[in-house]
Amino acid sequence: ENVDAQKTAFLLRKAWTLYSVTPLYRFRRARLRDYARLLSAFIAAERQKGLAVEVGAELDIKVTLSSLADLRGSELDEAALLVELSSRSRASSRNSEDKLVWLGWFCSVFGDDLSENVLEDFTCLPLFLTHGAESYTSLVGSWFQETFDCCFCRLAISPLNLSWMVAMWAGCKLDRAASAVELVFSVPRLSQPLDISYAIHPEDAKALWDTVQKTPGEITQEEVDVFMDCLYAHFHRHFKIHLSAAKLVKVSTAIASAHCDGIVKILHSQYLPGVLMLLTELAVSQIQ
Amino acid sequence: HLATSLPLPTERDHLRPRIDLIVFIIDIKSKYSLKNVEASLAYVDASFFLGKVCFLVTGVGRVNDCSIDTNAVCKLGEVYCSPVLFCELELEGIRVSTAQRLLRILQICAGHIPGVSALSFVSLMRKSDDD
Repeated sequence: ENVDAQKTAFLLRKAWTLYSVTPLYRFRRARLRDYARLLSAFIAAERQKGLAVEVGAELDIKVTLSSLADLRGSELDEAALLVELSSRSRASSRNSEDKLVWLGWFCSVFGDDLSENVLEDFTCLPLFLTHGAESYTSLVGSWFQETFDCCFCRLAISPLNLSWMVAMWAGCKLDRAASAVELVFSVPRLSQPLDISYAIHPEDAKALWDTVQKTPGEITQEEVDVFMDCLYAHFHRHFKIHLSAAKLVKVSTAIASAHCDGIVKILHSQYLPGVLMLLTELAVSQIQ
Repeated sequence: HLATSLPLPTERDHLRPRIDLIVFIIDIKSKYSLKNVEASLAYVDASFFLGKVCFLVTGVGRVNDCSIDTNAVCKLGEVYCSPVLFCELELEGIRVSTAQRLLRILQICAGHIPGVSALSFVSLMRKSDDD
C-alpha cells in the first residue's frame, strides 16, 4: 500500500474518463516494448487511412508502455500498466521535447473478485482510466481489443454509488484546510434542465459523518442512507425542495470528485489507493 | 384510483368503492418515492397485508440512474409480507405484461377467480422456516 507519492503525482488533479475492461488474453509483461511498437504502427496506419485526423496532424505519435509496480492493492493484483502517447513535430529538430498528448492506464486495486475466477493466460486489469482526446482513446482501445481479445465499456456511476463516495470521502481526515463538499443534482422532467448545487462546509460534513459511522473503517448502506437523509432534510428545511427526488450527478470533496458519466478527479495522494479500490470494485461489478 | 400518498382524503370516503388491492409504486431513480411509500405504509390497515398489497419498482432498465438500494426494497417486501415486482415502464412490452400481471393479481384479490384468494399470495411469500 505504500505508494510513492512522487511517482504517482502525475495521476492527481487530472480528469480521468473511466472504463471497465475484461481480462486480457495472453498479455506478456516482458513484451511491453514490442507492444509499444505495434501500437505505434497501428496508430500511424489508422491516421494514414484518414481516421482520427487531428488538427495539425504533422506529428509522429510515439507510444510508451510501462508498468507501475506500486499501483496495486495486494500481491494478488497485477501491477498497473501505463500507456503514454506523445508527439514530436516532424518539422522541429531532433532535440525538441516530446509533448504528451494522451495518457491511459490500466489498474487493479483489490480486484480479487474478478481475478480469482479467471483462467491461466488471462491478465486482470479491470479499471481503465484515460486523459486526452477521445479519438486517441478509441485507437488505443481498438488495438487492445484486437490484440488481447478484451472488451472496453464506459463505466457510469449511479447516484447510489456517488452517495457512497461522498459519504466516504467527506469523512476522511485531512490535515490542512479542505475545500467544500459539493453535491450537484439534476432535476428531471423540466422543460429547461435545472441543476442544483449543494455545498457543505467540509468540517460540518465530517462532523455529520462521524456521528453516523459506528465502526471506524467500516461503512454500511444504512449509514450512507442516514448521512444523505440528513443532508436532504437540511436542504428541505431551508428551501422546501426534496433533493431525494432529483438525480445526484456529481460529488466533489477535497479527496476526489466524481461525475455520473464516469469521470473522476483524484486530488489527494494519500487516498489514491482507497479511491482506486472503490473504482476497481465498480469496474468489476460492471464486468460480472 | 391513483394517489400520490396516503392517507386518502377523508371527504370522499363515502363515495369510494371497496379497495381490493394497493400497489405501491417505487421509482428506482427517486429516493423520495421510497421514503413516500414507507411513510404511506403506516396508514394502511393491517388486514390489507394479507395479500392485498404489492410493491412495484419501476425504472429498473436504467441501472446507471439507480438511487435506491434494491436490497432495501426486497427487505420491505419481506417485512410487509407482500410481493415486489420489478418493471421498466419505458419499454412497451414490459409495460403491457406488468399491467396484465397486476390485473391478474387484482382479479384474485377481488375474489373473481374461484379457488384462489388473496391469502394465496401470503403463503407463497412466507419462507419455509417460518412454519
